[in-house]
Amino acid sequence: MRRKPLSAVLLATALLTVAGCGGGGGASSGEAATAPKDPDKVSGTITVLTNRTDLVQDDTMDKYAAEFNKIYPKVKVKFQGLTDYEGEVKIRMNTEDYGDVLLIPGVVAKGDYPKFFAPLGDTKDMEGKYRFTGKSDVKGKTYGIANFGTVNGLVYNKAVWEKAGVTEWPTTPAEFLAGLEKIKAKTGAAPYYTNFKDGWPLSSPWTNSIGSVSCDVGASDSLAGSDKPWAKGGDLNVIDTLLYDIVHRKLSEKDPATTNWEGSKAQLAKGEIGSMLLGSWAVNQMRAEATRLGENPDDIGFMPFPVQKDGKFCATMLSDYQLAVNTHSENKEAARAWIDWFTEKSGFAAKEGGVPALKSAGMPEVVKPFEDNDVTFVERSEAKTEQVNAIDNASEIGLAKPDYRQKLIDIARGAEKGSLQDYFAELDKRWADAAAIAGS
Amino acid sequence: MTDTTSKAPPAPLRRPAPAQRRGARRKAPPTRSWRDHPLRRITPWLFLLAPLALLITFTYVPVGNMIYYSFTDWDGVSPDRNHTGLDNYIQLFTRPELFRVFFVSLYYLAASAVQIVIALYFATVLSFDLRFRNLFKGILFFPYLINGVAIGFVFLYFFQDGGTLDSILSWFGADGDRAWLGDPESANTSLAGVSVWRFTGLNFVLFLGAIQSIPGELYEAAQLDGASRWQQFRHIIAPSIRPVLSLSVILAISGSLAVFEIPYIMTGGATGTQTFVIQTVKLAFQFNKTGLASACAVVLLLIILAVTWLQRRIVPDDKVDLV
Repeated sequence: MRRKPLSAVLLATALLTVAGCGGGGGASSGEAATAPKDPDKVSGTITVLTNRTDLVQDDTMDKYAAEFNKIYPKVKVKFQGLTDYEGEVKIRMNTEDYGDVLLIPGVVAKGDYPKFFAPLGDTKDMEGKYRFTGKSDVKGKTYGIANFGTVNGLVYNKAVWEKAGVTEWPTTPAEFLAGLEKIKAKTGAAPYYTNFKDGWPLSSPWTNSIGSVSCDVGASDSLAGSDKPWAKGGDLNVIDTLLYDIVHRKLSEKDPATTNWEGSKAQLAKGEIGSMLLGSWAVNQMRAEATRLGENPDDIGFMPFPVQKDGKFCATMLSDYQLAVNTHSENKEAARAWIDWFTEKSGFAAKEGGVPALKSAGMPEVVKPFEDNDVTFVERSEAKTEQVNAIDNASEIGLAKPDYRQKLIDIARGAEKGSLQDYFAELDKRWADAAAIAGS
Repeated sequence: MTDTTSKAPPAPLRRPAPAQRRGARRKAPPTRSWRDHPLRRITPWLFLLAPLALLITFTYVPVGNMIYYSFTDWDGVSPDRNHTGLDNYIQLFTRPELFRVFFVSLYYLAASAVQIVIALYFATVLSFDLRFRNLFKGILFFPYLINGVAIGFVFLYFFQDGGTLDSILSWFGADGDRAWLGDPESANTSLAGVSVWRFTGLNFVLFLGAIQSIPGELYEAAQLDGASRWQQFRHIIAPSIRPVLSLSVILAISGSLAVFEIPYIMTGGATGTQTFVIQTVKLAFQFNKTGLASACAVVLLLIILAVTWLQRRIVPDDKVDLV
């Protein structure tokens, strides 16, 4: 029996050692990441975390770094491409080691930004120069600068729509549905493709349309104070009813359970799919796919969400990932220099077909038709994003998650029992209940 | 020095003789036996240090952390977390919809029954002398060797609209136009089918191993007495593989309560195929309710322990003695 106390001691030591490692990181410095005055004097090695593993692997990022070094010769830039960006960064953020420059993961609550990132400047100074500062503004300080922005809208195959006899952009959901009916009748294409299996094309593009419908910069914020976001006439009601009708009238792909995003790009390029709600970022990808397949890249068109307000289309303009500086970084100046250079001078946004973060830079070529047709760009206010997200998580609805729209589609195609109205009522109730706990 | 490497620390006082003999052989009998030295007592622990450190770091600490998280409202990222006491557990048990997903497990439970029967059948058949015996063994075991994610993708194409299954059915004149993963019933049945395909090999190998450990004379004797193949199975094979069979049942139950890979890859839990584990993952990583998700995981662990305990009480694991 002699070994008992010994084993107890060993166990206790082991547990104590480990207990010391639990919990979050140490004290954050809270020091601002300011742009360096003299580019020649900044030095240090910075690690940049990115979700674009493709650009790291084909050395595109290294080429950007080489360009950057022409101005900042003493800064060494290293890249880490993460395939599952959100998942991996989320875990690394429990330590202090999450790179010097990183993209702000969606999972971090906005109120926690000051704990993780160094402030880049006062919002009132930043907002004059940059778009999308509201997204990372916490208490008057801005914590991130957008990689680029995207404009919400439908990517469609012009040839298919013309073959069906529709040449004008539909201005109401009903017109849009009528257009899809014509495509179904006159061409062999699937009028709309939901990408049900991959899920994300159901979440962000649809939820991003909040604001395209009402043409209101406060559309997203108003969810925080709303008891019935799915009430008739509301943005979410219009958006989700359209999706329901598309599926219910069998205007989408035949078997949603086995859809495939990569395959859908080729199908749209070849004219086997009529349209998909995505964003301006997708247009260049589709065109590249069309070129690869020997189809005409000019057939890929981009149209706004089929709703007009006072006779005009509106399209929300949203920030992609935002670049931020780790608050524990030892090279904040160099990190800030990289962010400034990357968003202003690298030409990355233009290459990706995105809306540049810099207000002085013009809109990308892909949204030219929107500008020509006088579409209003709506940059949504993000003042209450934190509350909206808190309610959204508490209610387990997941506006930016595919699940609730997958269920909507299941109801629409009869795979699940229920009616649209009941489902909206259920969502409203869950939202209101959660708002009572998490809102305020 | 065999004693010191054995797992349990030896009791030196009870058996001093061999050591002295060994010491004598080395011609250096110490005045004070080295066995009384304090280091001597620690030696086994020093050997155990590496495995224990690994076990504690990678098994007990994470489990301990999970239990700790289940009493907090941690969102998985924030440096702050508040202790909420039993709040997560109360929430869990007052929300019936969180337990409704266990109905999906019934599909997998039914499938495991089928799976055990198939595996038992083939193990019995292939334990007799058959042509191409090893080839068939290989074919049956092969699916288990494939990575679960790969299986998910393979079967996604298999069930696709106009995919492999539809084309094969159309050769036999069946209407090849069915969304296999389209409605909850068909989707769950299809997914459970995939799980049967994948895990039959494992059960098969377990059964085959048990069957082959039965001494051959028993069959000979049975044949001399004129026992048929069924009687041989009933009275020789079945009793001797009972421990393995009961192990398989435990694995089947805990497995069907904790299904994850195949439905997560193939449907992501859409169309009524959400299992308890998928729901837990979604709570933790989609809705940032790490605390509640940890509570779910703890509850699942307890349920599985309870089921196992219950089963051991109902079907005690007797020693099998054939001879």
